[in-house]
Amino acid sequence: MDAILLQILNGLDKGSAYALIALGLTLIFGTLGVVNFAHGALFMIGAFCAVTLQKLLNLSFETVDESQKDFLGNPLKVETPYVEAWFGPEVGATIIDWSVPLAILFAIPIMLLVGYVMERGLIKHFYKRPHADQILVTFGLAIVLQEIVKYFFGANPIQTPPPDALSGSVDLGIMVGFDPNAIIYPIWRLVYFGFAVGIIGAVFSFLQFTTFGMVVRAGMADRETVGLLGINIDRRFTIMFGIAAAVAGLAGVMYGPLNPPNYHMGMDFLVLSFVVVVVGGMGSLPGAVLAGFLLGILESFASTTWATTTIPGINQIIIYLVAIIVLLTRPRGLMGRKGVMEE
Amino acid sequence: MLGLNKKDTGLLIIVAILTLLAPFILNPFPEGSAMAQFNAGYPDLMQRFVIFGIFAIGFNILFGLTGYLSFGHAAFLGVGSYSAVWMFKLLSYNILPAIALSVVVAGLFSLLIGFVSLRRSGIYFSILTLAFAQMSFALAYSVLSNPKFNLTNGETGLQVYADDPQILQGANAPDLPHLFGLPMRATYTMDVGAWSFDFNAGYYLCAVVLMVVFYLSIRIFRSPFGMMLRAVKSNQQRMNYTGLNSKPYTLAAFVISGMYAGLAGGLMAAMDPLAGAERMQWTASGEVVLMTILGGTGTLIGPVLGAGFIKYFENIFSKINDNVLHSWFAFLPDGLEDAVVFVIHPFIGKGWHLTLGILFMLVVIYLPGGLVEGGQRLLNRFKRKKSNTDDATSGKTEPAE
Repeated sequence: MDAILLQILNGLDKGSAYALIALGLTLIFGTLGVVNFAHGALFMIGAFCAVTLQKLLNLSFETVDESQKDFLGNPLKVETPYVEAWFGPEVGATIIDWSVPLAILFAIPIMLLVGYVMERGLIKHFYKRPHADQILVTFGLAIVLQEIVKYFFGANPIQTPPPDALSGSVDLGIMVGFDPNAIIYPIWRLVYFGFAVGIIGAVFSFLQFTTFGMVVRAGMADRETVGLLGINIDRRFTIMFGIAAAVAGLAGVMYGPLNPPNYHMGMDFLVLSFVVVVVGGMGSLPGAVLAGFLLGILESFASTTWATTTIPGINQIIIYLVAIIVLLTRPRGLMGRKGVMEE
Repeated sequence: MLGLNKKDTGLLIIVAILTLLAPFILNPFPEGSAMAQFNAGYPDLMQRFVIFGIFAIGFNILFGLTGYLSFGHAAFLGVGSYSAVWMFKLLSYNILPAIALSVVVAGLFSLLIGFVSLRRSGIYFSILTLAFAQMSFALAYSVLSNPKFNLTNGETGLQVYADDPQILQGANAPDLPHLFGLPMRATYTMDVGAWSFDFNAGYYLCAVVLMVVFYLSIRIFRSPFGMMLRAVKSNQQRMNYTGLNSKPYTLAAFVISGMYAGLAGGLMAAMDPLAGAERMQWTASGEVVLMTILGGTGTLIGPVLGAGFIKYFENIFSKINDNVLHSWFAFLPDGLEDAVVFVIHPFIGKGWHLTLGILFMLVVIYLPGGLVEGGQRLLNRFKRKKSNTDDATSGKTEPAE
């Protein structure tokens, strides 16, 4: 029982990332009808927003501290981050410590801007072109974004530690009545899961309970009629593209502490997220979220020693296997609607 | 000639000349001169040009004719490589059985994958092939390399060891891939003045294979079968309504292009008896898509040009470094020189992929027909200018009459 619970929990963090990226992909696909191969790159840019903020906060100046001497007897050079100089040592240190959560604030405007520029500058010209062209141009864009990040940040993963208060693990087993040490779980994974649920909830309630969301949903159902009613649906869809980019970016920001960001993390996630979207059903937002979590948990079950000894390597191929089975038996995916992508 | 019309014969002859004279064409700079580093006429690189050309021609038969965008073609190349190396391990270093097996195995493998993936079309097909290829990559990389059943040798890559059976290996046959005793590495170097040209046995084998498969692809393009594939691309639904089942045709195209990929993989192993899982990764599939699009989808010669273009500039760009740039722009004032080098720096050396990505995007946006379409547009422009001037002169003469 506790082993099963542990595997479910283990699947949640990857599942959250899949769900968030797949949600963004589906938003873009549902509104604009574009298959965005550059979505993984947006996830990666989000992660590097956190890296950038961390680097900015750690910018320091050197002072010569006469009171301390190094082993040669020279005065020691001390590096003080500007933040600590401005806000006082304690507040400054806390700010640096919390750089990853703070990066959320930093990333939102950047990701919205990136999404907006991408849509207006490039994707806009591809609505009328075949899906193959859309795939190809966004694939090219993904390569370019990835190489730009590689140029500035190098090819090695960069550590982005979580705040001290949220690093370490917590014994969840005791809370629900299992033996101590049965379920020990890193706090940051819980935070990531909570964060993902929050974002997903926010996106859904935004679509469900605001006028803007209502118009967007109407546009997804019938773009032409909404346009005929005198509503500038294109502009709203552009904003939705920005929001989808921001969702992917935020997923990336918070993912840093789980797995140090490197320039090709986006591509690694992209292939899986596409599989998630297809399993969930192209164009279905709840389907994307559901499939994201399901596949994440399935992957974690397949990584147990029991599974890998029964069928070696099952953890590597389980997601693709499930996708192939789903596509062949239920071509519209788990929650796909009729008439989406069925030419 | 050979059942081709005049234009196609011309294309075949162009390809034949390009491939057979490649050692001359790619070595335009004398040995030891400053530009010698931009020579591309060494055997290893020339082999890659031709092998990727074969790969791209095969991919084009599927994508160019039927419009099905496969994102998993590298899997067939990898399977071809693995089967060729297994032939080296079990039978002998003779490349004929190795290449034959790699084509057959890749064909069977693509029959299996194609049968499943072709039940869906459009983006679903792309994702299905992508999923299959990634699955094959994961299998080759880790699963099939366990001690009990070591088919792929995992991360190290499959290679021939001294204790392999090699039951048909003759006593005095060369201990490296060969064709009836002619080793693939055999190179004859011809020195003409300051120039030196390498003629490599392996390269010429690949070149002959390229010409044969290019001829085959022309025949496929011009056949009723090719017509049918084009019909699938332009309107599959209408074709189904006329009572034709398009599935066998698309499946045949898929298997043919898979066999081309297997052939390329087999040749790759024949040039260098090694097979690694990274050949199957989806970035490798992406590369062949890039080559085909860049050259010109659906055209005969486009994929060959695209493959050559990408491999050539990959080689050249990787060699340029800041010192070379400084020597090129030395005529500029110092500050300007540094600025120019600073601007170009991200695009050269290790930044080749950035250049490739930008180039690819530009081609998809402005030139969907690739290099071939670009060439045609240029030609048309020149022709129009000529005819314009003709018109102008005739216009001038008319009033005089």
